[in-house]
Amino acid sequence: MALFSTRLTNRLAEARAQLQRVGDTASGVGLWALIGILFSYAALAETQLFIIGLIVGGVLALGAIGLTLIYGVLRFGNFAHGDTMMLGSYLAFFFLTGRVLAERRDTSIGFSLNDLPGATERLGDLTFGYGFLLAIALTAIVLAAFSVGLDRLVYRPLRRRRSAIVIFAMASLGVAFSLRALLLIIWGPGPRSYIKGIFLAQKYPFDITLKTDQVFIFAVALALAVLVYLLLFRTKLGKAMRAYADNADLALVSGINTDRIIVWTWAIGGALMAIAGILLSLQANLKPELGFQLLLPLFAAAILGGLGKPQGAFIGALVVGVSQEVSVAYLSAGYKPGVAFAILILILLLRPRGLFGSTT
Amino acid sequence: MIRADRLITPIALFLVAFFVVALPAERSRDFDGTITFLAGFATTVGIYAIFTLALNVQWGYTGVFNFGVAAFFLVGAYTSAIFTKPPSSSEFVQYVGGFGNFLSPPLLDSGEWLPFLVGIAAAGAMSGILAFLLSLPTLRLREDYLAIATIGVAELLRRVVIEERGIVNGTNGLVGIPRPLSGYVDPRDYTFLFLGLVLVVLILLFIAVERGIRSPWGRVLRALREDELATAASGKNVFAFKMQGFVVGAVIMGIGGAVFAYGRGSVGPETFDHFFATFLFWAMLIIGGSGNNRGAVAGAFFVWGIYTIALQLNGYDLPAVLKTRIFFIRDFLIGAMLVLILLLRPQGMFPEERRVSIWLDRRMRQLRRAPPETPGEPEP
Repeated sequence: MALFSTRLTNRLAEARAQLQRVGDTASGVGLWALIGILFSYAALAETQLFIIGLIVGGVLALGAIGLTLIYGVLRFGNFAHGDTMMLGSYLAFFFLTGRVLAERRDTSIGFSLNDLPGATERLGDLTFGYGFLLAIALTAIVLAAFSVGLDRLVYRPLRRRRSAIVIFAMASLGVAFSLRALLLIIWGPGPRSYIKGIFLAQKYPFDITLKTDQVFIFAVALALAVLVYLLLFRTKLGKAMRAYADNADLALVSGINTDRIIVWTWAIGGALMAIAGILLSLQANLKPELGFQLLLPLFAAAILGGLGKPQGAFIGALVVGVSQEVSVAYLSAGYKPGVAFAILILILLLRPRGLFGSTT
Repeated sequence: MIRADRLITPIALFLVAFFVVALPAERSRDFDGTITFLAGFATTVGIYAIFTLALNVQWGYTGVFNFGVAAFFLVGAYTSAIFTKPPSSSEFVQYVGGFGNFLSPPLLDSGEWLPFLVGIAAAGAMSGILAFLLSLPTLRLREDYLAIATIGVAELLRRVVIEERGIVNGTNGLVGIPRPLSGYVDPRDYTFLFLGLVLVVLILLFIAVERGIRSPWGRVLRALREDELATAASGKNVFAFKMQGFVVGAVIMGIGGAVFAYGRGSVGPETFDHFFATFLFWAMLIIGGSGNNRGAVAGAFFVWGIYTIALQLNGYDLPAVLKTRIFFIRDFLIGAMLVLILLLRPQGMFPEERRVSIWLDRRMRQLRRAPPETPGEPEP
């Protein structure tokens, strides 16, 4: 009798596991189907907003890829990600114009990239000249170094002490608010923009109107995403990073240098944050408080794709970007963060490990 | 020997206390004015201490990661306002509810205190319900999922308040929230009465939290914060206990929101931004010492003391470069202080007690009072 009941419970457990597997596959397929429906509907019904959403999503993807990489390697959600992105956009503003806030007005430090000969001459239909491209590159380098330095100062001591993951998250929250205060100290609360003036949009087929800047933004975002993909999947460093993210102990046993991985993760994450921040601010004004508001769409994208999975973060960011922009046709624009939140809650309820996440 | 690191806490607290008293006294050179100012300061500290206590229940004891204190703050403040205000009389001011008249029947002169108590209870209940709903999808997952979900709900609620003007009057906010017991004293002395009210609420909550933590229930919370797996293996329902800790904290936050609304007499959406209404409480708790209720209260005093000092300094003739930035510098310092505390002194000002048990405390006291007789002594 006892034997029989053991067998029965074993059988039941097996059946339950099988059911879970089926449910899991179903939730995955269902999610992909949902995304497919959303995209085809948006593309057909709201083509203009759909394209804008793809552009916004492309920029978000750069931030979300950095977030997910840092999560994969260091195992904590970096709550300073959005504010570091804003630091990037302000740094680019500084390199371009050389301006900081003095008492009540701006003062210039006397040298800036815009002062270079012909730096502001517009490249084709774009609103900026080569000075802006230099600013992007310079900011990416500076922010990569900044991120590595911040890791040395804050996160490495915590790692050495084997602090709980939540302590890292808390420290990143402290960093986030310090950074925002720092932006306010240096550049003040007023909105700023890279380029002054109004530029006309071009007409494209299917009744789409886009500014050339927006095409540039999407092209850069896509190119960088491809670059990150190549780096992660075609180089030895990328392989090591993915291995470390998958299973840190196994990676250590295989002789992977942890320190090197972490430095590269922050450097890549920092450079991506800088470029994402700048591209985002090319379309809208720079404001210090934007950084924290970026967190919600970034995390929604990263969790939707499965934390730690860069390819997932890319898809997730496109979904979040498109949903947010298309929602404007039906809801007030103030609800954009609400859309990201809805996606987040939905994914947490249906499939918390995301599209690409592994079961363990 | 006195160890140096034991001195840091009293010195830091004393310095802040000194400047909080000395700066307004020096500026106004008026005893009554200074006392009134200090009463206002103490009231604010008391209200914020309610929030840090609540956060301590959630984070310090249960280990639940709530980055959206603003959400529960907002729900508490608006709920109490809706429950105590009379119905809207103008078409330009729109809000739901307005049960104030309904709650003020001429019963034992209850017009002063009944709406106030009902408002507090309703605020706690609504906030607890929100926490319950939020815990369903998130509490079973990793800690940071709850963190980002709470950030999300705080942002969403703020947006709803701003966008849906019909619910609580949009960006204009609600003004004229009846102040509790204001009919009993001279308006000039009301500051002191309200301070007493806040202190009563704070002390009651403090005792309740201390009592809860020193019970078997509290020890389960602490156990699952340390090791969920081991707690589950001891036969405790981890999810249920976590949810209880989260909901209890949220109820206290709702009460804090209600008291805040009564103290101000008005609420508007601008109060509930992430820095002010979430991060500040976290900084207070971590600096004071998470896992220690006295630390939570001390942290509220310390951080709000720094806030007030910056405000006072702004009244002096500072150079314009500094004057426009003093609040940003203060915010930067508080953020940096949080990071530094995590790096250098993670236990905060008041480290967590290792033993939380009423029974053991009592036993230890007994032992100390009557040391066991040393054996071998001859009896006379």
